[in-house]
Amino acid sequence: MSSTPPRVLAVASGGGHWVQLCRLIPAWDGCVVTYVTTEPGFKAGIEAAAAARGQSRPGYHVVLEANRWQKLRLVRSLLQMGLILMRTRPDVVVTTGAAPGYFALRLAAMMGRRTIWIDSIANAEELSLAGQKAGRHSDLWLTQWEHLAKQNGPEYKGSVL
Amino acid sequence: MIFLTVGTHEPFDRLVRCVDDWCSERGDEVFGQITKRAGYQPSHFKAVPSLDPAEYQKQFREADFIVSHAGMGSILTALSMQKPIIILPRRGYLQETRNDHQFATAQRFQSRAGVFVAQDEADLPEVLHQLADGNVTAGQGISPFADEQLIGTLRDFIHGPARII
Repeated sequence: MSSTPPRVLAVASGGGHWVQLCRLIPAWDGCVVTYVTTEPGFKAGIEAAAAARGQSRPGYHVVLEANRWQKLRLVRSLLQMGLILMRTRPDVVVTTGAAPGYFALRLAAMMGRRTIWIDSIANAEELSLAGQKAGRHSDLWLTQWEHLAKQNGPEYKGSVL
Repeated sequence: MIFLTVGTHEPFDRLVRCVDDWCSERGDEVFGQITKRAGYQPSHFKAVPSLDPAEYQKQFREADFIVSHAGMGSILTALSMQKPIIILPRRGYLQETRNDHQFATAQRFQSRAGVFVAQDEADLPEVLHQLADGNVTAGQGISPFADEQLIGTLRDFIHGPARII
């Protein structure tokens, strides 16, 4: 463990991905944390959750929501994420998906940062498309379903439940 | 009050219409969140396109039970608030989702206490009756955070050695 706390960028789009990310927050206690999501309204809740655990106030950024059919929005979301990464300079990027998390992970991997992909628990039969593509860019590549774990990854290390 | 939610993004007219039909017969109080692209507008209960997170939490907390698509956000929130939840999975062949992952979710969670699965809209009225009559109990609830193995794995990785480039 280093003397300076690690900088963590925790990324999830709104809805179920965010709910899952929030169930992981004890994992980055003691770190310098910044959240990135697609919904401005989660800010108060996540700050309260950090305060309740005696943590300093986390950073909070919002990027555009985009799915794979909305090409222009995807590009803008990607640029927003690039700026956030340059500003926050995280040591580790952790994400539960979906598109914004995938962007953050790919950009972070290019910048030599360490990356964690946790595939959503909603994918009980096969990994998400983003999760499949994220695999070779992740230092830690996890599925939340034991039967989806494979020798060369993803690994199963428990779930958000 | 019954809180109907179809998730943040995609409309789910099949579920909204079915709950509306059921409402017209029973008259139970329902409040719905049905997305801005909803093609079907209910006539027997009040519905809004979206809710901000605080309002969403409030509706969830005040509801007797939840009716939802089989999305993990709804299911996890229901479990953590110990609210009984009815889920109707979106289906891939109806183009309600890209694949049948919600159908898989419904199968994985149907044995869980407090989670009630309607396989299709023909199933739903009976399950609605059952919950509206109060003949069910919520599950045990879940801890507010992920299991310790997962938290520990992430913590160890975060504090682990930097990558050697």
